[in-house]
Amino acid sequence: MKQDMTHKEHFRTAVYQTPFHPRTSALNVLNVWHRWKDYTVSDAYFDTPLEYAAIRNACAVFDLTPMTKHRITGPDALAFLNRLVTRDVAKIKPGRVGYCVWCDDNGQVIDDGTIFHLREGDYRLCSQERQLDWLSRSALGFDVSIVEDTHDVACLAFQGPTTCAVLKKMGLAGVEKLTPFGIGYFPFAGVELMVSRTGFTGDLGYELWIDPSRAVALWDALFAAGADYGIRPMGTHALEVSRIEAGFVQAGMDFLPADSAVRVDRTRSPFELDLGRLVDFSKPNFTGRRALLEEQKNGSRYRLVKLDIAGNKLAKAAYIYDRNDSSKKVVGTVTSAVWSPAAKANIALATLHMPAGLPGDELWAEIYYQRELQWAKVMARCRVVEGAFFDPPRRRANPPADF
Amino acid sequence: MTDSRRIIIVGAGHNGLVCAAYLARAGREVLVLEAADQVGGAAVTREFAPGFRVSACAHLLYLLDAGISRELELSAHGLKLARGSLRTVALAAAGEHLVLGAGKVEAGPLGAADRAALGEFHTRMQRFAGVLAKQHNRRPPRIAGGGSGELFAAALLGFDIRRLGRDDMREFLRIAGTNIFDILYESFESPQLKGALALDAVLGTNLGPRSNNSVLTLLHRLSGNVAPGLPVGGMGAVTAALAAAAAKAGVTVRTGSPVARITLEGDRVSGVELESGEMLAAGTVVSNADPVRTLLTLVGARNLEAGFAQRVHHLRARGTAAKLHLALDRMPDFTRLAAEYAGERLVIAPDPLYVEQAFNPSKYGQSSTEPVLEITIPTVHDASLAPAGKHVLSAVVQYAPYIPGTGAGADARRSEFLDRVLNVLERYSPALRQRIVAAELLMPADLEREFRLTGGHWHHGELALDQFLMLRPVPGAAQYAMPIGGLYLCGAGCHPGGGVMGSAGANAARAVLATGGGA
Repeated sequence: MKQDMTHKEHFRTAVYQTPFHPRTSALNVLNVWHRWKDYTVSDAYFDTPLEYAAIRNACAVFDLTPMTKHRITGPDALAFLNRLVTRDVAKIKPGRVGYCVWCDDNGQVIDDGTIFHLREGDYRLCSQERQLDWLSRSALGFDVSIVEDTHDVACLAFQGPTTCAVLKKMGLAGVEKLTPFGIGYFPFAGVELMVSRTGFTGDLGYELWIDPSRAVALWDALFAAGADYGIRPMGTHALEVSRIEAGFVQAGMDFLPADSAVRVDRTRSPFELDLGRLVDFSKPNFTGRRALLEEQKNGSRYRLVKLDIAGNKLAKAAYIYDRNDSSKKVVGTVTSAVWSPAAKANIALATLHMPAGLPGDELWAEIYYQRELQWAKVMARCRVVEGAFFDPPRRRANPPADF
Repeated sequence: MTDSRRIIIVGAGHNGLVCAAYLARAGREVLVLEAADQVGGAAVTREFAPGFRVSACAHLLYLLDAGISRELELSAHGLKLARGSLRTVALAAAGEHLVLGAGKVEAGPLGAADRAALGEFHTRMQRFAGVLAKQHNRRPPRIAGGGSGELFAAALLGFDIRRLGRDDMREFLRIAGTNIFDILYESFESPQLKGALALDAVLGTNLGPRSNNSVLTLLHRLSGNVAPGLPVGGMGAVTAALAAAAAKAGVTVRTGSPVARITLEGDRVSGVELESGEMLAAGTVVSNADPVRTLLTLVGARNLEAGFAQRVHHLRARGTAAKLHLALDRMPDFTRLAAEYAGERLVIAPDPLYVEQAFNPSKYGQSSTEPVLEITIPTVHDASLAPAGKHVLSAVVQYAPYIPGTGAGADARRSEFLDRVLNVLERYSPALRQRIVAAELLMPADLEREFRLTGGHWHHGELALDQFLMLRPVPGAAQYAMPIGGLYLCGAGCHPGGGVMGSAGANAARAVLATGGGA
């Protein structure tokens, strides 16, 4: 598979604005931005705690356009995806979405993402990192077309308990029939609006996909319909709180993409990220299968755990010990940490060396914190939590409740 | 026996037959499937003009493993040399030919310094080649993820190098990855001598004398420690004897049975499907086909993991050697070449720069305007190959880059190159054209088609440090077992590589037996 890149002019623009920029920039009263995959996006619009509160108590809108997207089509699209990812893609029916990871030959996770089975044989693969290189190299021997169309699709994450009501009010008839990981299509402003019941917050929520020319119209319609439902824009900081509460891993934070690792012990397998459920050995071949079979037989090196940590000191990058003694051997490290307003707990994701980290194990976090520029340290007791820190029933409710 | 115990070997080349014979001798049920109508692969004798027969690809025997030859009783099975220990004649257009024996000059112009240096050079290179020779019948060590056995195997290799002694070890490590051109200029004066040695280093490779790795390829050529010989009946006699040894061991060989694909069930091989559509079940499949053909065509990239498929895809296997066959109505005359030398190995490579310049156009997809040649006239020693009084000239000709395809373009390239080759030949053997009854030139694409060699590469993949020992054919698959249950490689694409040796086949048989294949 060869792609002609000679006509591309993208390199002439250093930083892109998303198609929603006219609206996001007007709402970004804090004027804080960061660069996400060549786009400028808001860290926060007006107040991170309030933006977070909108996710959990009303509805919040996140500009998801920079997320890397690929369109995968052709006679071998399914076979290609099935060799790429560890789970069985044949089980993702048209109109459904599946979370997945893909590995290198050593069974180490390159990235995670979502496969959208848009229509029969027509797939969208969203990834955290740029993947066109790996996808293209994986395409050897397959009759498949892979196009990265990140710039061609505008996308909003719309998350929170009132989202379904707002979408209904916006006129998306039947949107309440979408079950989690379902995809629906609705006419909007002369084009097709795709709505998927997906998200990165662990809450009831949707993602809205549309041609960039209708992006502003979609934003306006959404905010008009949501006016009475507490709609707010949210930046990446608020999203980050909710994704840790949901227990979702983030590439570059909780694991290092295998293709960017130099040191052999820095990468992680799906088992080591607590994603063993995504590995389907009944498939005769997928990249990483042999190594993962070996790992299943011989045991993993690491375990990803969710920790509820005593006290209120953030355990960012804390070392973990198996006793209240930081002179002993470190058994792991915190990769993501946040105060969870929903769980009212000091939570973290951590990677521990096996065999540490079983529920009930004694674990302690060595937390350094600053108080008026002076550093202090506390050893905080940790409890291994099973399941998400926050997992409201509304996330799975069918149809979602009205407000 | 059930099908799962059957071992199918894809291809009856010399390595396939060696592997088959050893497996059968160990009590396994072995079926060899050969695409062509006769066994032999690239070690085959066939008619190329009415009454004229020739070794159609490989034409000299110098690497055949002595142990294999003895264990499989190849002489009892009919292998006989028409002539062993061929000398090399470095042809000079004006007739000042240089005749080289093992490490010495037997005739021709060469200064005293070069004569002395040649002896030293030969001794040292043979000693270095001995390090490689020791590895021939060993499974290369696994460099990652192995246990103590693997460490031991790696240590053995290191030990063999260390045992050269301090000075030789330094010299070995200094030159092993470098180019023959510089080494020859360090050692010799005579362009004629350097040219002949440079040709030895680059024959059958996609290298010029100034390319890195061309010392390694010379050492590989020397690692058989035998001067080249001509079997009675051509190279096909080697594989005929192997086939007889295999048959005696109980191997079944089916010719005219090209394999279309290797079939899989789950993550294991289940047999093969022939081009005829016939399905044959087997629990173990050993492929004598080259790695790219085996893995990307017969198995299919989609059935491999992506990284591994990429490594195979990037395996360098682009042939630049063409093969010339001339049917001659009588013995050709080479200018001022004594009759006693006409049956030796004649080389046209008058200067290393000439060889390098012959190589240059091939980098850009063009054939040499002034090619280099390794010529034999086997009929001098073996009259059975041609009608009485007539002769066959067989030559490896470089450089003709691999350009896939057939048709008018390929035909034009072939006839243009033939013309250039004959022009060069006539510089040494005037009026040769008038003696030609028939001519056949096999370009790399022709060799690919006839012998099913990917890229027309004689060695199933370039011999170079990055595709050598534990890296041959590709990292992660250098121990004959491929990353699919029950699938093995046994050809020149594996360690120790190309040349009619048989070691890859024997090593592969040991690997199959060690992992319980066919039991």
